[in-house]
Amino acid sequence: MTTQAQLVRVLLGAVAPDSTALRALADQPAFAVYRNTVIKGCVDALEANFPAVARLVGQQWFRDAARTFALEYPPTDACLLRYGDPDFPAFLAGIPTAAQLEYLEGVAQLDVLWRASHTATDAPALDAAVLAQFSPEQLAAQVLQPHPSARWAWFAHQPVPTLWSRSRTRENEGEELAWQAEGLLLVRPTSAVRWQPLSQARCAFLDACAGGETVAAAATAALQTDPETDLAALLGELLLAGTFTSASAHLPGEFR
Amino acid sequence: MLAAGLGLKPEHFEEALQARAPGLWFEVHAENYLVAGGPRLAWMDAMREQHPLSLHGVSLSLAGEDPLDAAHLKALAGLVRRLEPSLVSEHLAWSRAGGHYLPDLLPFERTTVTLHRLCDRIEQTQEALGRPIAVENPSHYLALAHEWDEIDFIVELAERTGCTLLLDLNNVYLSANNLGYDAAAWIDRVPADLVSQLHLAGHSSDPTLGAALLIDSHDAPVAPAVWQLFEHFVQRAGPRPSLIERDGNVPAFAELMAERELAQTVLEAGTQRLPLIEATAA
Repeated sequence: MTTQAQLVRVLLGAVAPDSTALRALADQPAFAVYRNTVIKGCVDALEANFPAVARLVGQQWFRDAARTFALEYPPTDACLLRYGDPDFPAFLAGIPTAAQLEYLEGVAQLDVLWRASHTATDAPALDAAVLAQFSPEQLAAQVLQPHPSARWAWFAHQPVPTLWSRSRTRENEGEELAWQAEGLLLVRPTSAVRWQPLSQARCAFLDACAGGETVAAAATAALQTDPETDLAALLGELLLAGTFTSASAHLPGEFR
Repeated sequence: MLAAGLGLKPEHFEEALQARAPGLWFEVHAENYLVAGGPRLAWMDAMREQHPLSLHGVSLSLAGEDPLDAAHLKALAGLVRRLEPSLVSEHLAWSRAGGHYLPDLLPFERTTVTLHRLCDRIEQTQEALGRPIAVENPSHYLALAHEWDEIDFIVELAERTGCTLLLDLNNVYLSANNLGYDAAAWIDRVPADLVSQLHLAGHSSDPTLGAALLIDSHDAPVAPAVWQLFEHFVQRAGPRPSLIERDGNVPAFAELMAERELAQTVLEAGTQRLPLIEATAA
């Protein structure tokens, strides 16, 4: 008797058919139809999920890599929109022929963050006017909740955000590139995901907010990262982008 | 009343939203909309305002040996509540086993054991969704050791669970071709009142085996032989909500609407014989 789990392993090429019943299936020429459909479904999903990577490396290279990944890491979730998260970026980094493309893992991570932002829960963006009513002391004690769709990342070694953005939009692809550290903020305050460059101090500020820290503590984190940080400009920029969804007063002694 | 519908492709969203035709409806794969928020759900909300929708699941794995994925079923139930689709359907197939999900509709042997398993899963699904579902007959490629005749099996499932049949005529055509039986005779044996909706799609020939092995590729217009099966069924059983599926080599929206018009003509000719069947209300 063939179990479905055994059949899955044969379909993925993990094992050879080891029973008469399995061999009776796998020996039929039509068995390849299932194998091809499964692998094509996985590869198509990865190509749709990692469009910036696919454009950078070219379709053939991408589909070969995706095929290898699919056999090694078959999907576990029926919602293929999440397929490749979180393993595909690190898998790409480990491919010998991609050894020179040090930015590929980061580009793949931004494709992951874009989808996370695209499918996140809807929520209103915090209006700057809400914060304007607070005294400086009150503001310092607020905890700003990042918008459910807000994602950010800092890349210390390569201009991954510029590479990703050019690949994603297919704009300015041939232009010269300053090889420097960069950060990116992605957020979807209304319908479409938008993104903009993000300084390291702003990343530190958002990391602190996401950790439940107050504005005062987040500001300290930003200043520790870059003592030149203009905190009013930082907050204004993040609010304008719709990065937060709510503000609430931190109560002294409250556990977070 | 639903007449001829189209599978909705994201690239056609704006045109589909604006399209107007008697009995027009759209089908989407539920899995593409099982998200917490964002534009995908907003698109569906907008579509729902303009057109009847059908939610077609491709991954519930009703025929799987593993239990149904409770989180997936719950998410599907949430989507059904939100969109209140006119039709909800799934497949007589499996796609999940041993912790893996394979994006395909995998075959099973029709035995009394698998019948009972499918009955349990269909009942569990219908209970979670609060409504009956339609189950689609699969495409067959492999000769398996079945104990049950396919139509007897589906009739039994329907009697035990109250589900209906989404009769995919392209699947019947290519299965009959691949396994060597008569598609028209098979369709003639399907009790008319079992069928709640129809699917039409294109297929392709296997690159190695040619026409001896037809593949349910959904990447071409509906084949003439499948149109004939459609006309034949509608003449016998009367019209049903009927969908044109296209998932590969997707042409311009107008081209799909023209193909849909052919289906509409067949349904209207059938209407002269029998009243249009109303879709199962949400």
